[in-house]
Amino acid sequence: MHLGQIARFTLQIVRSLVTPRYRVRRTIDAVFDSGVLSLAIICLSGITVGAVLGLQGFYNLSRFGAEGSLGAVVGISLVRELGPVLTALLFTGRAASAVAAEIASMVTTGQLDGLRMMSVDPIDFIVSPKALGMFLVLPLLNALFISFAFFGAYLVGVSYLGLDGGQFLTTLESSMTFENDIAVSLLKSLVFGVLVSIIATYRGYTSVPTAEGVSAATTGTVVVASTAILLTDYAITALWGV
Amino acid sequence: MDRQERTLDTRDDFRVAFDGVRLTLGNQQVFRGLSCGFNPGQITVVLGGSGSGKSTLLRLIGGLIRPDAGSIRVAGEEITRLSEYQLFHTRQRIGMLFQGGALLDSMTVFDNVALPLREHTLLSEEDIAAEVGRRLAAVGLPGTEDQYPRHLSGGMNRRAALARAVVTDPEIVLCDEPFSGLDPINVRRIENLLVDINRRLHLTLIVTSHHLASCMRMADRIVFLVDGRAVSGTPQDLLNSDDERIVEFLAADRGASVARQDPAPSERLDLAGDST
Repeated sequence: MHLGQIARFTLQIVRSLVTPRYRVRRTIDAVFDSGVLSLAIICLSGITVGAVLGLQGFYNLSRFGAEGSLGAVVGISLVRELGPVLTALLFTGRAASAVAAEIASMVTTGQLDGLRMMSVDPIDFIVSPKALGMFLVLPLLNALFISFAFFGAYLVGVSYLGLDGGQFLTTLESSMTFENDIAVSLLKSLVFGVLVSIIATYRGYTSVPTAEGVSAATTGTVVVASTAILLTDYAITALWGV
Repeated sequence: MDRQERTLDTRDDFRVAFDGVRLTLGNQQVFRGLSCGFNPGQITVVLGGSGSGKSTLLRLIGGLIRPDAGSIRVAGEEITRLSEYQLFHTRQRIGMLFQGGALLDSMTVFDNVALPLREHTLLSEEDIAAEVGRRLAAVGLPGTEDQYPRHLSGGMNRRAALARAVVTDPEIVLCDEPFSGLDPINVRRIENLLVDINRRLHLTLIVTSHHLASCMRMADRIVFLVDGRAVSGTPQDLLNSDDERIVEFLAADRGASVARQDPAPSERLDLAGDST
């Protein structure tokens, strides 16, 4: 297992982040690459997931005459589970795999060794800003995904299926509390942010310097990060007692 | 050429010294007790067949890989026991030109060459810009500051990487196959640049190459790698050597040169195009 190496790698990232000489410009670039360039897929997916949820929820709830609770059902399922998990999975496919591929190709072309020979620590110069950028961006994308999903569910539930808009929003708002719902969502996206950023940068950084190595780093990132997200999601949900 | 390997005892007259270095990569034993030295202020060319360990030797000097056994002293410092962070200090005295250039492809040529100055000096941005401009002009690349490495040819990439390697005036410069894949004009250009840098700055230049003609022109000394060990001497020693492995190496290159100069009629290319 690589657990020892991953722990050491993580410590090196943390150490470089807290040591003066903050790479602000490079972190902003990483936020742009990971976050801004993921906006389209996150927003589009959010609307679609919200719309489907609204549609499914409405037909199932109407069997019990409870379609008025659509806002609450959509809200809880999106904020607690679907938002953080789907955002993290989409983010892994879009941004984390790209980061892994970029770092792996830098390994293949000797760019990281080039940095080492200039006495520039690749973890400090390349890895840490990218990891921090991914970590910062994921909770924001999660919030964005949930907002667009609410919008999608509202469009379907209110504009298409004829539910009362005020009732939809009232049940949505009243069904959620900060500590049981918003905090869980935030906690999950922060934990997923750590997992995804470490897995992507580690797989890229330790890749074999060949074309196959780049490919293995990319697919490995998606597989390992996706599995880790789902397992951790269960663990957090179970531990949180909801 | 002296066929007996020199055993070095941490002698300070060498800028870089290998003593009894052993290294195995995968299943291949690359070095079996390599001992050789590189004189300060001289150009030493490392020759040897493919897979003889020329690039590996440079990577050992830079501390990018560690030997299984033996000693490597760089600028008087034993580097085999240094941590990665201690090595960063030693590497500030070394510049390295990688075979593929190894420029950061996400940064412009200017930012690539400026990187060591920004990281290790307190120069202002104006001074850095002036220094980078001067270095790029010296390697024949003025006006390429805003271009990205992917927009440059192989030779231009190599020259930009050379500018980056020497921008902090290191004591030791390592060049890994600086001539490979280049046309004769660019070979001469880089060769002249290396000689000029060596003569002006008196730095220790260690070059690996297959390009025998350039090696003979520029080298003060030659280190020939064969069977995991080193034989060293002057270029004239190499030419006069009766070591059959060296004679075979030189004869093969001579044969290639003759073939290049006078191809057999059946092998001649019809550069005028297909006349049939």
